[in-house]
Amino acid sequence: MKRFARLFAALDATTRTSEKTAALAAYFREAPEEDRLWTIALLSGRRPKRAVTATELAQWAADAAGLPYWLFEETYPVVGDLAETIALILPPPVQTETRSLSDHLTTLLRLTGHPADERRAAIVSAWAGMEQDERFLFNKLITGGFRMGVSQGLMTRALAQATGLPETELAHRLMGDWTPARTSYAALILSNEGTGSGAQPYPFALASPLEADAPTLGPPADWFAEWKWDGIRGQLVRRRGAFALWSRGEDLITDRFPEFAPLADFLPEGTVIDGEVLAWGAGNPLPFAALQTRIGRKNVPRKVLAEAPARLLAYDLLEADGNDLRAAPFAQRRSRLEAIVAALPPDIPLGLSPEVPFTDWSALAETRLGAREAVAEGLMLKRRTSPYFTGRKRGDWWKWKLDPFTVDAVMLYAQAGHGRRASLFTDFTFAVRDGDHLVPFAKAYSGLTDDEFAEITRWVRQNTLERFGPVRRVTPELVFELAFEGIQASSRHKSGIALRFPRMLRWRRDKPVAEIDTLDGLKALLASVSDRGQPSNTGA
Amino acid sequence: MAQQPLLTFTDRGICCPEGGFYIDPWRPVGRALITHGHSDHARPGHGAYLATDAAAPVIRHRLGPIRLETIGFGETRQIGGVTVSFHPAGHVPGSAQIRIERGGEVWVVSGDYKTEPDGLSEPFEPVLCHTFISECTFGLPVFRWAPQPEVMARINRWWAANAAEGRMSILGAYALGKAQRLMAGLDPGIGPLLTHGAVEETTAILRAQGYPLPATTRVTAGIDAKSHPGALVIAPPGAEATPWANRFGGYASAFVSGWMQIRGIRRRRGASTGFVLSDHADWPGLNTAIRETGATRVYVTHGYTQIFRRWLADQGYDAGIVATEYEGEGIEAPADPLVEAAAE
Ligand SMILES: [Zn+2]
Ligand SMILES: [Zn+2]
Repeated sequence: MKRFARLFAALDATTRTSEKTAALAAYFREAPEEDRLWTIALLSGRRPKRAVTATELAQWAADAAGLPYWLFEETYPVVGDLAETIALILPPPVQTETRSLSDHLTTLLRLTGHPADERRAAIVSAWAGMEQDERFLFNKLITGGFRMGVSQGLMTRALAQATGLPETELAHRLMGDWTPARTSYAALILSNEGTGSGAQPYPFALASPLEADAPTLGPPADWFAEWKWDGIRGQLVRRRGAFALWSRGEDLITDRFPEFAPLADFLPEGTVIDGEVLAWGAGNPLPFAALQTRIGRKNVPRKVLAEAPARLLAYDLLEADGNDLRAAPFAQRRSRLEAIVAALPPDIPLGLSPEVPFTDWSALAETRLGAREAVAEGLMLKRRTSPYFTGRKRGDWWKWKLDPFTVDAVMLYAQAGHGRRASLFTDFTFAVRDGDHLVPFAKAYSGLTDDEFAEITRWVRQNTLERFGPVRRVTPELVFELAFEGIQASSRHKSGIALRFPRMLRWRRDKPVAEIDTLDGLKALLASVSDRGQPSNTGA
Repeated sequence: MAQQPLLTFTDRGICCPEGGFYIDPWRPVGRALITHGHSDHARPGHGAYLATDAAAPVIRHRLGPIRLETIGFGETRQIGGVTVSFHPAGHVPGSAQIRIERGGEVWVVSGDYKTEPDGLSEPFEPVLCHTFISECTFGLPVFRWAPQPEVMARINRWWAANAAEGRMSILGAYALGKAQRLMAGLDPGIGPLLTHGAVEETTAILRAQGYPLPATTRVTAGIDAKSHPGALVIAPPGAEATPWANRFGGYASAFVSGWMQIRGIRRRRGASTGFVLSDHADWPGLNTAIRETGATRVYVTHGYTQIFRRWLADQGYDAGIVATEYEGEGIEAPADPLVEAAAE
């Protein structure tokens, strides 16, 4: 734990990416392999299940420090962080121990579900052997909401430096549903047998929003256009006898969409397809709301299957005959994809995402305005020579959305509603990313169904980090797409911007917090709108 | 007719009706007893001042021509119907607690204090009393200071590492007290010690009084990273963010304060490096100091008064709050998460 605390201190002391990468790479070279594995897991969002609730932790800490609980409750808002409050009030360690990060974490895993007395004894004795900085991290690992200011990309780079393996290869190895309990550092990183199933997906290539005028992209012939579908981005993997559908959040969603099961028999061995899962009716995509009835359900009732059958529209081919095609040009991948799709039986729910042909940009801009009729969000533009890159890389793939006024944000605070909804948490404060920080920038309280609010209310109760009167700060985990009518500069707000009529468009269960929008993105949008708050670049 | 209390709390500050004086008043009064020279305690505009010999030079420097009488530590003086004396508070050089006695009843006003000796300020002396008026700037159990040598060693390491990388170091610290405590406690072998003008003025006064302070060089035109490589600059908080600091090129800066104990505050201040060193008592210090006065009644002021009062009441004290109009160093909890909390 001491080594991990030193790593954290080094990462915390700098904002320079190169220094962070170097500190992390050194850790990956020197730490015991089990600790490396756990650190990779933590930095890629694979937290251990919560063995102890925040309230239990607070009560045990107050007792251990000999303080009344009310005093703990009064102190916590001043510090603003539960893990830190506990680390600061505990009496100095009796005798420091040298237990490793993985030792502490496996102990925590083992404690889950045990009687409170047992868990309490284990936690209190762990505290007694740790210095303040170790306690802080230990508490953070228990309470969740742990942020080290390291993106998965940065971690992968550091791991590449430490191992000498290529970054893209490592990114691929780190995908999937592995956990530190079920694999080892050697198996996952060095020999890539981590998942056991061999069905892990490739890192998704992501498009950037088109902010410039389309003609600046160059000759139309260099570009491929298709609709930007409003569904769930997914990756279908048929490899070594396994068959899996992954969401962009790296969740395995194979069982949620039984329609695709026959594909396991018809797709050739060693095929990986990137596409969009849509609800489908009468030869057309249904609005996202229809698909929403499918998300969050482990078992899909017959009725839902009939009303909102799913179809995968294929965008790209990442692997064929077991060969990684990601470095090949898009045009080549696309034509091989067309051949594979053409060979499938007609009743299989997998089709091509059709090309939207165009010869000049103004005509395409015209076509884009018809996106709503096509039940799409806008257009996607892909350079015909582009590789399938890892993550977001500006220049090759652009999303040209119809409505620029949406933003993906994470919920930071929740407050109960009024009247009929007084028993539900319905008023939320949202944040976007600013470097390593989350900056609150908007409040919204409408746009979801009562069922969704009820589900979120249960979640808020279990994920409260802190209370300010009626307001609860929650683990920043739930991502929502907000729509709004205008944006303006505001010195009154921390974020420097204010939105007009923000509302929740939908709950993005498929989107990880790491991928929400940035403050810079909003500022760029602000810069691009005229003083009336209207977009100046619509229609190109 | 019942005798009125020895001290009363008014909108001008703590008042002693029978002595006809106020202690650290914040509005102009006829006669003010001043615990120390910090601006939230020594304010301009009073008719007459009384402070310790040791605190007087800085108070004069800060307030200009005032009618100031001085008194030695431990010396008693009859003022009106009461006897007063000043006792070391250990907060900054010259700082005092003030003891007031009338017919065997004793009240003590702590002013600002800390219990750990800092090597420069006259060390804190517990004064037995019936009623103790205590500051509680850091009156929460999360505030627990590491021993001074440990903190100094940490700052030395930071300074030495910056110097090794060819960078200047700027330490933000209050000009009276903290700045001198640092220059006296840090390792002069690492590099030259430079001071911002505001720090140097106070330092020169204390040096002239005989406090053991090392030689320092005031930053003036021509003094920069080239002339004094690897130097440590002690400046008032915030100076590193002004054009004044540009002459030092790519320097490293840190803030030295008890508030640096809390990560969120460190981050909000934008200080990536913070050292936890305070001239106020920490949680154990406050509790020990109060116990050692033997007081049964305690009034608290400055800081987390509500919480600390309740804690003392829980411990069996007859505890109350002295409302103050102005707070010294304080922070506020965020009311609306979208709106920046008022800083400092
Ligand atoms: Zn003071
Ligand atoms: Zn003060």
